[in-house]
This record gives sequence, structure tokens and C-alpha cells, in this order.
Amino acid sequence: MSGLANFLRRIGAMAVDGVWRLGFATRFLGLVLLYSGQSLRRLPLTIREIYFSGALSLLIILVSGLFVGLVLGLQGYDILQRFGSSDALGTMVALSLLRELGPVVAALLFASRAGSAVTAEIGLMKTTEQLKAMDMMAVNPIARVVAPRFWGGVISMPLLAAMFSAMGIFGGWLIGVVFIGVDDGAFWSQMQAAVDVRYDVMNGVIKSFVFGVAVSLIAVFEGYDCTPTAEGVSRAITRTVVSSALAILALDFVLTSFMFRGQ
Amino acid sequence: MMSRKTLDLWVGLFVVLGFGALVFLALKVGNFSGLGGNATYSVEAPFDNIGGLKVKAPVKSAGVLVGRVADIRFDEKSFRAMVRLDIDNRYEFPRDTIATILTSGLLGEQYVGLEPGADEAVFKNGDRVQITQSAVVLEKLIGQFLFNKAAEPSAEPQK
Repeated sequence: MSGLANFLRRIGAMAVDGVWRLGFATRFLGLVLLYSGQSLRRLPLTIREIYFSGALSLLIILVSGLFVGLVLGLQGYDILQRFGSSDALGTMVALSLLRELGPVVAALLFASRAGSAVTAEIGLMKTTEQLKAMDMMAVNPIARVVAPRFWGGVISMPLLAAMFSAMGIFGGWLIGVVFIGVDDGAFWSQMQAAVDVRYDVMNGVIKSFVFGVAVSLIAVFEGYDCTPTAEGVSRAITRTVVSSALAILALDFVLTSFMFRGQ
Repeated sequence: MMSRKTLDLWVGLFVVLGFGALVFLALKVGNFSGLGGNATYSVEAPFDNIGGLKVKAPVKSAGVLVGRVADIRFDEKSFRAMVRLDIDNRYEFPRDTIATILTSGLLGEQYVGLEPGADEAVFKNGDRVQITQSAVVLEKLIGQFLFNKAAEPSAEPQK
């Protein structure tokens, strides 16, 4: 009987804790936005974060984009040639990358490559009491540490997703046109006829921007909120990756149901 | 720690690459220039039945893309579908041009085909197409076929 009571108690505690953290995260987002004016005026700080979370993620984004494009080219050709429409390969590769795979996979990679690093950095700063020391010196840690990392992620994410999509389309072209021998003209012209700049490209950019905000917020929040011990930091990093992935996939469903519902 | 200059160089390169990718997606993949930027004039065409025609469907003449379907609405006075066609300013069509709803391929999308007539005067913005031909609806076609079959005298001799 006490086992059951403990179980129920734990569920209740988890629910209360979850709601409390959600409220704190929302208030935290407000604080970050409030103090981001200061950090945007000191642009070098943000540029440094764009370097660490954006420029250093280039390699993994470009290589993964290429491989995703290669696989899409092979699978797309295999499926489309059954219907005798292998000329539509370009359309399939471009639409699936621009609408879904580009923003989503780039955001997942970004969360595990850059989000976890941001959480670790801020968490370690908290553990070694650097954040408190800043507060003592009348330097606002949110303006000095958190906001630049947040904006670095938000700015990097759409650019990384665009590069991922471009690289993937190149990969699809490489497999389809160069190796399999789909007609080059049909590949590009069918793609251009089917892809609408506002409907497909812009919605993909909006998606990746939203994912950038979500992943960056989760990363800085988990770091700022972590228990200041070695174990607490490692838990915070795990939570960053897990909740970022869940947030990306759930937000993707919500955004898709708003954006792409046919005409 | 890396010097400011190297850092700025890498971030600059990253941003240039990112925007380069966006421009590539907009121009090469999305064909931003295609008809979207050109000025158009619109012509209205009433149809008895538009079948599965959708907004943004292509308008073609002799197989060449000359415009897009801008708007489809139901006219409650004539009980017909009013389709507004945005046609590229470069192309002029005689006033007795016939607009037909056609299907590309067996299962392809539907588009509006324009067959130019012989009139001297050309369409201007806001004009109305006089002669139109509706989409072929498969059920009607089958119904007509069955009706004709039934009307034919039976081939077998009656006993």
C-alpha cells in the first residue's frame, strides 16, 4: 500500500515540478528578451556565440545534409520509377528537404551539437559560481552570458537549415542525375515548377527559426536552472537533448498542420 | 583564445554561406523569377464545371506557361464558376480565345488551356472570356457512354 502511495506521490511531485519549470522557463524567456537589448549592443559577444554554435556546426550539418540527400535520391528513385515518374525525383527531394527534413534534422543535430555545449558551459559556470561572482560585480549574468548564447543559436539555426537543404538537394542531384542518369533538365525544371518560394521555402525558414528559438531557450534554461553539481550538469545536458528533440518534433507537427494543409 | 579578426572572418564566412544557401533555394530550386515577378493582367472566365481545378494552376497556350489561375469563386447569379486568370503582360490573346480546362497526363493536375481565336481586338485587364469548355467529369462521360449504348439497337437477333 505504501508503495502505491509513494508512486502516486512521485507522479504528483513530477507534475508540480514540470508545471513549475514551465512557468520559470517562460519567465526566463521574458528576462532573456528584456536583457537582450544590452547584449545586442555588445555585438562581439553574440558574434562569438554564432561562431561556437553556428560556424563550428557547419561540418556536421553539411555532411549530414549530403548523406540525407543521397539517401533521398536513392529511395526516391526506387519508389518513383515504379510509377514511371522518375523525372519527379527533383520535386520529391526538394519538397521533402525544404518542408520537413531540412528544418527538423538540422534542428536535431543543432540541439545535440550546440545546445548541449551551451548547457554544459552555463551549467559549469553556475557550478563554479562564476554566475554569482558576476552578479556580485554588478554584471547581469543573463545579459552577459545567457542572452548572447540565446541569440547566437536563434541566428544560426535558419542559416544551418538552409545549408542543410541546399546540400541535400545537391546530394539528391548527385545520385539521381550523375549516378543513375535521370534527365538533368527534367530534374531541375520539375523541381522549379513544383517548389513555391513563399509556400515552401519561406515556411521552411519560419520552421527553422521557431526551432532555433525553442532549442536555444531550452539549452540556456537547462544550463541556468541546473543543480550546481557535476551530476546536475550532466543531467541538465541530457535533459537539453531530450526535451529539445521532443519540442522540435511536437512543434513540427503543430507548424505543419498550420502551414501545409493543401488548398 | 582566437583573435577577434579570425573569429569575425569565420562568422562572416558562415553567414555568407547561409545566405548563399537561401539564395540558391529561392532562385535555383524555387524559381523565384518565373512569372512571379512579371506584371500580369487578369481575365475572367465562366465555366459550367471546373472539375478539380485549383488556385495557382497553370494557364497554358500551345503548351507554354502564360499565366496562373488567380482566383476561383461561385457566381450565384449565373450559377457558374468564375475563374480569374492572371496572364503575363507579354502575351496578348484575341477576344474570341477559347478557354478549356484540360488535364496533363492521365492522372496529372488540371490546367486552363487557351486556344487563340482570330479576332483583331485583344483581351484587356478585367475582360471576360466568352467561349469556355468545362472540365471532363469522368462520371458524366461514363453515363453518356452507357446511355448511348442503351440507345443502340441490340446486335443480337431477337427470338
